[in-house]
Amino acid sequence: MPHARPTLRIGYLYGVEMNIYGDRGNIIALSQRCRWRDIAVEIDLVGIGDPLRPAYHDLYFFGGGQDKEQIAVAADLAGDKGKILREAVEEGATALTICGGYQLFGHHYRPHNGPELPGIGIFDITSEAGPDRFIGNSVLELPDGELVGFENHSALTFLGPGCESLGRVVIGAGNNGRDGSGGAKYKHAYGSYLHGSLLPKNPWFADRLIVEALARRHGPVELAPLPDNLELAAHRRPPAQLTH
Amino acid sequence: MPAPAPDAKLGRARPRDGGWRLRLALAGARATTLASRLLGRGGGTAAPGVVAERIDPGALRKLGAALTGGSLVVGGTNGKTTTAHMVATILDRAGRRVVHNRSGSNLVRGVIAALAAQSSLNGVPRGEVGVIEADEAALPAIVAGLRPRFILFNNLFRDQLDRYGELDHVARRWREAVAGLDGDTTLLVNADDPTLVGVVDRAGHRDRPGGPCVRFFGLGVAVEGAGADSAILLDALPHAADAAVCPRCGARLAYRALYLSHLGDWYCPACGHARPPLDVTARDIRLEGVTALSLTIEGSWAVGGGPRAGRRRATKRRSRGRADASPLAPQPAARCPRPTAFTVHVPLPGLYNAYNTLAAATAALAFGATPAQIADGLRGFTAAFGRIERVRVRDREIVLALVKNPTGFNEVLRMLAGGREAGLAVPALLAINDLDADGRDVSWLWDVDFEILAAGDAPLHTAGLRGPDMAVRLKYAGVDPARIVPHAPNDLRAALLDFVRAAPAGSTLYVLPTYTAMLDIRRHLADLGAVRNFWQK
Repeated sequence: MPHARPTLRIGYLYGVEMNIYGDRGNIIALSQRCRWRDIAVEIDLVGIGDPLRPAYHDLYFFGGGQDKEQIAVAADLAGDKGKILREAVEEGATALTICGGYQLFGHHYRPHNGPELPGIGIFDITSEAGPDRFIGNSVLELPDGELVGFENHSALTFLGPGCESLGRVVIGAGNNGRDGSGGAKYKHAYGSYLHGSLLPKNPWFADRLIVEALARRHGPVELAPLPDNLELAAHRRPPAQLTH
Repeated sequence: MPAPAPDAKLGRARPRDGGWRLRLALAGARATTLASRLLGRGGGTAAPGVVAERIDPGALRKLGAALTGGSLVVGGTNGKTTTAHMVATILDRAGRRVVHNRSGSNLVRGVIAALAAQSSLNGVPRGEVGVIEADEAALPAIVAGLRPRFILFNNLFRDQLDRYGELDHVARRWREAVAGLDGDTTLLVNADDPTLVGVVDRAGHRDRPGGPCVRFFGLGVAVEGAGADSAILLDALPHAADAAVCPRCGARLAYRALYLSHLGDWYCPACGHARPPLDVTARDIRLEGVTALSLTIEGSWAVGGGPRAGRRRATKRRSRGRADASPLAPQPAARCPRPTAFTVHVPLPGLYNAYNTLAAATAALAFGATPAQIADGLRGFTAAFGRIERVRVRDREIVLALVKNPTGFNEVLRMLAGGREAGLAVPALLAINDLDADGRDVSWLWDVDFEILAAGDAPLHTAGLRGPDMAVRLKYAGVDPARIVPHAPNDLRAALLDFVRAAPAGSTLYVLPTYTAMLDIRRHLADLGAVRNFWQK
């Protein structure tokens, strides 16, 4: 650990507009896991019409929302904010995006009816409304661990060559229920359909985001271990229950 | 307004003649009920409805039309069982014969089954008034079939989204349902909920000739000065509330007073739209801990149905003169405003029940009940199944309160903590399941403001299939992990036993289960010697 007390700067994108399915639990998990280690946390809630300070934040979080809000948010991103976020990710900022936020980090989302919603193209993904809704517990296998969560989306998301899948689907539908891909990753930006909330029950992944985000301004950081027995009990639910 | 001949309209068929198809359908429903009893399946509440609907697709419309006093449909994500139960109790005590889907079977088939069970084989109902609770998703179909005299829109909170789809979607479908109504229906709407005001916006007869009549109810609580009540006013929107936006222009709403979730005295700073004037207002709300509440109801409008309510009076009553003697017989002056104010006491706790009380009183006034009848019906009210119950087990008192969505959970916590900042003073067992009836997605736990529990030192036990998720949520809410007592997810009985044993005799305990966990816990409580009939009506 560096001697100076590090600060994690979180840009909480559209936390008021896009706050469905308890996605704010991810912000709670990030900030608590920092506080328990004496890492200071600064959370900026960035809403529609608010300015976004370029190259300032170490980590962005962007959750899911209802259709109406997602349309307004897409319009807001089409201005400066989209450009600032693209540059930030290129320069090494960390981002976690869930559901609607994940879609808007891609090229576009095409609904059943209504105009196509443009995204900001950080992920080389496209999304379109599908015929069914994927609802249920889901598990993704990543090279260094599993992510457990709950998916609830009707969109089909397809990966282009410019980004890779975040993990392989073990349980659930993942991006589209067809190709076994789950979520996307590009540099330190991650996206998926997993609610849950995702980070509280996947503490290893929460810590990975914190480490990567702090490294941007503080260099390599080693996090003190935390007693994660409650988190791991929630993480390790018996598979029989996951598929009920 | 040109009034069409009543009997020519869909849904207004002559009461007694449902036709041979309905008779066959009712016989089929009766046989199904009998068969499932013989097979020992007892409680199956929907199967007879499935059979009846298959034989006569018009069964709901015909059964509804046979209710001479008309029916009330109660919709809302929270409190509809309690509210419907209150209305039924008031009308019942006032001498009205009420047909009610008491079992909480609130999908189309459940409603048909309930009405069929309470009708003769000829389709003559055993009551004159219907009080029907409707599931959010099923409400449009129930309304289209039943053509109710009144619809009560109680609230729209974020509920089990995996089951219903998003809130916008539910609101849109309700709006479509309202657009299909005419002046035979009166809408009773919680004006404090901007989403509901959006549902009925410009749909009433004042904006749409021939449309339904719209009446609004809401809270009137002093915001400043000596009368200001901090137990009832919130400082900010809770996290569980959807972003409150103007139903007309989409701008962020502001509040003169915020009461519960996104309910309050709202206005739009951008376009000037605001909470409509109230026809029925609740004032002087007093919350008495976990046991009771009282409030004063003020009506500038009392009674009577829609602009064409008078027509219904021409309907010949079958109850042999009794109707005329009944205090509920419609009054000639029904359509004129008749200011009234009266206080009611209800043996139910919490601000959310103050809302249910107001809603029920509004509906009862609409049916023509007198203030005395309303106060009388509410005074002796017993909680609907599992909503809030007190049982004695092994010399301990257990307060059992159902939790099913973020707003409901927030309000239960607010009620149990008495609105104080000191957290819970007594141990609690939080039992969270994720079966279909609970909602399979437990993400909603992250929308509940459990941070209120970080204060205090009472132990918090977690159990149920998703008990581990609950324990994590408490930890991240800032609850000292030493206070969190996680139990194995698959054994509610053992968890309950440990929880009860860990508390000294004579103490009070709170048990907060989701729906299916509650069913389990009630059974185990009975096994542990809880007074069985305590919660039965």
